[in-house]
Amino acid sequence: MPVPHTAFAPEATTNRELRAFLHGLPGVDEVGARARAQDLSTRSIKTTAKAEAIDLAISMVDLTTLEGADTPGKVRALCAKAAHPDPTDRTVPRVGAVCVYPDMVATAVEALRGTGIGVASVATAFPSGRAPMEVKLADTRRAVADGATEIDMVIDRGAFLSGDYLKVFEEIAAVKEACGTAHLKVILETGELVTYDNVRRASHLAIRAGGDFVKTSTGKVSPAATLPVTLVMLEAVRDHHADTGRRVGVKPAGGIRTTKDAIRNLVLVNEVAGPEWLTPDLFRIGASSLLNDLLMQRTRLSTGTYPGPDYYTLD
Amino acid sequence: MTFEYAPAPESRSVVTLRETYELFIDGAFTPAEGGEYLTTVNPADETKLAQVAVAGPADVDRAVAAARRAYETVWSRMPGAERGKYLFRIARILQERSRELAVLESMDNGKPIKETRDVDLPLVAAHFFYHAGWADKLAHAGLGPDPRPLGVAAQVIPWNFPLLMLAWKIAPALATGNTVVLKPAETTPLTALAFAEICQEADLPPGVVNILTGAGETGRALVEHPGTDKVAFTGSTEVGRQIARAVAGTGKRLTLELGGKGANIVYDDAALDQAVEGVVSGIFFNQGHVCCAGSRLLVQESIAEELLPRLKARISRLRLGDPLDKNTDIGAINSAAQLERIRELTDTAEAEGVQRWSPECALPGSGYWFAPTVLTGVSQSHRVAREEIFGPVLSVLTFRTPEEAVAKANNTPYGLSAGVWTEKGSRMLWTAERLRAGVVWSNTFNKFDPTSPFGGYKESGYGREGGRHGLEAYLG
Repeated sequence: MPVPHTAFAPEATTNRELRAFLHGLPGVDEVGARARAQDLSTRSIKTTAKAEAIDLAISMVDLTTLEGADTPGKVRALCAKAAHPDPTDRTVPRVGAVCVYPDMVATAVEALRGTGIGVASVATAFPSGRAPMEVKLADTRRAVADGATEIDMVIDRGAFLSGDYLKVFEEIAAVKEACGTAHLKVILETGELVTYDNVRRASHLAIRAGGDFVKTSTGKVSPAATLPVTLVMLEAVRDHHADTGRRVGVKPAGGIRTTKDAIRNLVLVNEVAGPEWLTPDLFRIGASSLLNDLLMQRTRLSTGTYPGPDYYTLD
Repeated sequence: MTFEYAPAPESRSVVTLRETYELFIDGAFTPAEGGEYLTTVNPADETKLAQVAVAGPADVDRAVAAARRAYETVWSRMPGAERGKYLFRIARILQERSRELAVLESMDNGKPIKETRDVDLPLVAAHFFYHAGWADKLAHAGLGPDPRPLGVAAQVIPWNFPLLMLAWKIAPALATGNTVVLKPAETTPLTALAFAEICQEADLPPGVVNILTGAGETGRALVEHPGTDKVAFTGSTEVGRQIARAVAGTGKRLTLELGGKGANIVYDDAALDQAVEGVVSGIFFNQGHVCCAGSRLLVQESIAEELLPRLKARISRLRLGDPLDKNTDIGAINSAAQLERIRELTDTAEAEGVQRWSPECALPGSGYWFAPTVLTGVSQSHRVAREEIFGPVLSVLTFRTPEEAVAKANNTPYGLSAGVWTEKGSRMLWTAERLRAGVVWSNTFNKFDPTSPFGGYKESGYGREGGRHGLEAYLG
């Protein structure tokens, strides 16, 4: 899916100013944030609402394979699935994007040619982000040159936790520049940031530095995308929009495996950020096994019976 | 796109309503001697649910006599461990029948199923479990080596949390060896009668629990009856005063849990999103039919402009409608009379120059409904800032200094609850220390637990319910 490019030039700043800004944000009460996420997770989404939610969720999936053992064959299979998630049912929407490692971008681009589905590539020494800046930028430029329309970068969590916000900011801004017209998703790796205050600050930092999306996790660290973390990030993009009129997207990734999980996320989007965010342009779900569960639930809703998992391709 | 939640109604089939309910006296359902009945309706659509017997003075006599007999022959003599077994059994049956009781409560009261299912019923069972544990440990409650029960307790409860208030009254009374005659509210008698069935199911000795339905006259006959040793009442301050007068000089023990005008104090360093949640839950939980509701928001002036739009945006997302729909946040007002009172106080506020705001919110055609409402520009002298409104109406006031916040919060004849929102520990403690309220919630609101004593200062009543302190109200 072609993603509209958001023109955004981050303003130069200093570490002192960034700290004053980030530490001046209202705190997050952990107990209250968890309670709110829990409360919203009890919404009962049934029948027509469930059918709509499932199709919406499918269209938001960033179908992902990020394994050392990935092969061009596996990536091509994934791309075929992305275009036609259920080969027996052409009414199933295609997914949001396919997400692969940089060296698989060319393969994915080739396989998805003509489908309109974008290729997202992790970059910047994913998942740890532990590489020199030149390497991260080269990683990014190469993925974009090979045709990636979206870049999922990781932030330097070490710098963030040590209070070097400027370093994180400048890296994001530099990667954003290297992206050119490609969309930038900034992975905060919230499992390593630990507190919700940090999640809020890192979200605002990434947004200010030019990120088009804030993304929870690499999927390589536990916990990954929890509902309270997604809640805090949705609050950040909502507040940024209220302040500036610019809408930034959110992508929870890692640990969202069931239709129920996906629908809980959509309820969160609907009631926290607002229905304007209920589009693949502003909300994505990074997942691999989730898609099959969505397809199974979709079939069950329309036919009343569960097909077995063997009726769905593994990848 | 818009994401419309399809209707998700909880099934009513778990509830079997009888056309007519009789009084529960001495372990059996028995007609009232006067033969009079009142009708209880579903406040969400005004349909009739059932006819319920109205107890007269003769019925009160019978019930008190049964309770006395049970007290003297069985209950006060039973070892605590045995009493505890009955309470554990009742708690388990309450859990087993919780779906049914939650639906029944929503139908009779109008509150959302989400609340009866996730708040009322779990707390009801928790109160019985907690007090069951106390029954054989009363010597360790700090009330002397051998505290004794009082005798027969007359208990009158309100309509806002019918079964939960029953649990708050009956569980400690029974655990401590007292027997009870309880009168549920006239508009919400059905779960108390279901509880009577549970007492039968649990083989509770006849007369230990007696349930008398009826209106104000029944309540008056019960609290004025000379044969009881203890009166416990939860309800309005006005009725509480009458009861205090009636009980004065009789030697009966009395606990009163009355009205409130709770303040939610939001300091400028509060965790804003969670404070918004707390303010919303503080006043819109249970349609504001909560004695400890945070009906006054005291927000520090420097963040009022930031907080109010967030609050309004959040309130706009509240889903008002069918109480049995699992996605409903705000249900029906319990009765036409209560709706009238809320309207009257809100209209008065508007006439006094207060700004009134409600989100766009379609109200159902039948039943008793009131849209969530925010009143701004409220000052301490407005009626709505002084009188308990018991509805989904929030009054917003501002303050500049912590001293002013505390002064305003305490400037009410009530003193039941307060909430404080700040990320600063020292300010939290400083404020909580100065608030004249029975409960002060720190960065949260409307949290209840059977281990935690609940009760008020000043005209919010006296005595405590719950926790070790709550036992004292039933022990001599």
